[in-house]
Amino acid sequence: MSDPVLTFTDRGIYCPAGDFFVDPWRPVDRALITHGHADHARAGHSRYLATEAAGPVMRYRLGEIDLDTIRYGERRRIGGANVSFHPAGHIPGSAQIRIEVGGEVWVVSGDYKTEADGFCEDFEPVMCHSFISECTFGLPVFTWESQASVAAEINDWWARNAAEGRASILGAYSLGKAQRLLALVDEGIGPILTHGAVEGTNGILRAQGYRLPETRQVLPDTDAKSFAGPLVLAPPSALGTPWARRFGASSSAFASGWMRLRGVRRRRSGDRGFVMSDHADWNGLIGAIRETGAENIYVTHGYTDIFAKWLNSEGWNAQVVPTEFGTDEDDDVVTDAA
Amino acid sequence: MKDFAALFTAVDQTTKTTVKTKALAQFFETASDKDKLWTIALFSGRRPKRAVTTTQLREWAAERAGIPLWLLEESYPIVGDLAETIALVLPPAEAETDKPLAHWIEHLRALAPLEIEERRTRIVAAWDQLDATERFLFNKLLTGGWRIGVSRKLMTRALAQATGQDEAALALKLMGGWTPDGVTYRSLIEEHDPQADLSRPYPFYLAHQLDDPPESLGTSKDWNAEWKWDGIRGQLVVRGGDHHVWSRGEELMTDRFPEFARTRDFLPDGTVIDGEIAAWDAEAAMPMPFAMLQQRIGRKTVPKKLLAEARVLMLGYDLLEQGGEDLRPLPFAERRARLDTLIGTLPEDAPLRRSPLIDFADWDVLARQRATAREFRAEGVMLKRKDSPYLSGRKKGDWWKWKLDPLVIDAVMIYAQQGAGRRANLFTDFTFAVWDGDALVPFTKAYSGLTDDEFRKITAWVRKNTVERYGPVRQVKPTHVFEIAFEGIQASPRHKSGVALRFPRMSRWRHDKPKEEANTLADLKEMLAAYG
Repeated sequence: MSDPVLTFTDRGIYCPAGDFFVDPWRPVDRALITHGHADHARAGHSRYLATEAAGPVMRYRLGEIDLDTIRYGERRRIGGANVSFHPAGHIPGSAQIRIEVGGEVWVVSGDYKTEADGFCEDFEPVMCHSFISECTFGLPVFTWESQASVAAEINDWWARNAAEGRASILGAYSLGKAQRLLALVDEGIGPILTHGAVEGTNGILRAQGYRLPETRQVLPDTDAKSFAGPLVLAPPSALGTPWARRFGASSSAFASGWMRLRGVRRRRSGDRGFVMSDHADWNGLIGAIRETGAENIYVTHGYTDIFAKWLNSEGWNAQVVPTEFGTDEDDDVVTDAA
Repeated sequence: MKDFAALFTAVDQTTKTTVKTKALAQFFETASDKDKLWTIALFSGRRPKRAVTTTQLREWAAERAGIPLWLLEESYPIVGDLAETIALVLPPAEAETDKPLAHWIEHLRALAPLEIEERRTRIVAAWDQLDATERFLFNKLLTGGWRIGVSRKLMTRALAQATGQDEAALALKLMGGWTPDGVTYRSLIEEHDPQADLSRPYPFYLAHQLDDPPESLGTSKDWNAEWKWDGIRGQLVVRGGDHHVWSRGEELMTDRFPEFARTRDFLPDGTVIDGEIAAWDAEAAMPMPFAMLQQRIGRKTVPKKLLAEARVLMLGYDLLEQGGEDLRPLPFAERRARLDTLIGTLPEDAPLRRSPLIDFADWDVLARQRATAREFRAEGVMLKRKDSPYLSGRKKGDWWKWKLDPLVIDAVMIYAQQGAGRRANLFTDFTFAVWDGDALVPFTKAYSGLTDDEFRKITAWVRKNTVERYGPVRQVKPTHVFEIAFEGIQASPRHKSGVALRFPRMSRWRHDKPKEEANTLADLKEMLAAYG
């Protein structure tokens, strides 16, 4: 029997035929990267390969790296493996990586979201024999309302605050979630201000051609109280700090899939919690897995044990693969406030 | 129930009590009398009787959601609330209705006499026409445990705002054993009949913890001191030839403590005494450890043997009513003098005795007395300003509890489990061990005492350092040492370590201590010998 297409090592997911890793968490020679979040795109590898769209942010975050880029759908041969990158719908530039060796196809999902958000590249199902899937929200309690209905809630909240003379401070991760929110809010309600961490990413994505509304970075000398009813986008860690108090009267909110749970919503002690995630919900995960046509499912991070048990009970051949993903700066309740 | 759901959402979205009070007051201004009455009932701990078991609910919800039961069961501890778990897994409602809160309460009260299949049909039908928030509330009504961030005090304040009535007067009306079936909104709130319920206790006055030195309270001459007992705070109400025993949680405990029937022989009608209910060790002339009382609390009917082994009495603190007159506005010293006169001469075996005042010349003397509290099985001392009226609720200024510093021991964390509810997704429930030679012997669990930030840090650590999983429990690499603070220690044959702690919590994360330097089982046994 020949080697499997991918194996699971202590450095990460490895392809023996192509001698490369996917999203490794310890330094390796060649790393294929699904997307730019810190738990997937780590420093210290000799060579990187990522999508063209993910490149600029990776350079911004990782500095001088030896980075080769690839278009979505483009095929490339690495050793004995054919690889291609396909949109994962998670954040701009995010990809699932398809790896084919001798006619057998495996797909590594990275992080993904199946609902089109009108901002990043839409998720595309990729047929395969084996699918390595995240399952951050792999429980039936996690189901998302449509983006349009969450957008309406956010706009209502902002408009009401603006009418009552309060700033609306929205905590969201500086790469991905923040820009998705910027793209869906109603610019007509008021001015939009940003924390430096968000604005840094905004600049890079704008330069790539992603469309974002006009924003104004809050600088040390900015008179934060001089704006009428602004929306302020900041990383979650900035909420409740002196920085956030600069805006005077305000209402604070978080946007995350975890806000689905009342306990988490209350623990974060923001005024509002909007249920919006860049990960697939329960139905999204199942739909994506079905569409791959894969028989073998490897689940990596999230509620892996429960999700794999359910997949097995439904006739898939599912296994849990321990990885060091999931300390994701997007949507991880444990680390996000740090 | 859309108005009630909107009220819940408004209250749940904020941590500010003024905003909550305003939302509730607005509801009280617009809702129907029936809905108001039920809202008052719910927020004062009165719930409709359970019509189905939670096991049935789980089964029906899983089936309606099209998921296996085990998957719902696995989701429950992660969400931390069954009512919420069910609301979240159910498919979107098929129809929309807006029937009032009282309608849905009647709907579920009507279930009791029905066949089980019919109950199920009606519950599923309700789910199918309620939105997510309404479903959650409906499930809360079904499962009990109505805790949604509105205290009784806050509800009373909102009701006072909405009706223009005095808050304290309203609080008194809401005390006691009324049920929504026996009263109407009009009879409970609007009609003035102070004699309506002879069993009614007064709202308890609660003390704050004294963190500053007692000198901060001014001259010691203005203060009385007494022991702070570790029992259950209660009120003994004797009126209309009958007696009632209330716990601080306003539970009627008369039947659990038959000892108090005798008090009718000593106390005239129109007497209310505030005191501590304790199991009494007549030989040692001090309360028994709390565990003995706990055995009594757990039983609605008390076996003779237990009644003999753990005889209960009340240590009187205060006299709230005498001859039917409300004494609460009088100075404490005056009330206390009247109490002493009233019960000072009762026979030795009466189920009522005074909680003695402590003599002290100045704060230093009292501090030395306090240090001996454990010898009397007390937790510390209570300080009451001599001229203080009996207020209601937890008010700062006149009454203070000055507890002993807790006992502490340094222990190694060996198991971790995720919390529920507000703490779902964080590891917050830990098991700690001390050394017995080379072995670590578990001796207590603890859940509280760390900051949110520390809980996040330890959670990240637990995830990376799990050695073994036993269901929801993770065995972790023995590494971290925590100082465990506790109020008391007792021998316990049920525990591997042979001891049980009272109120254990994590008082400090000892980053400075390697695990080898944690305390030993011998240290724990020594504490047991000294304080058990």
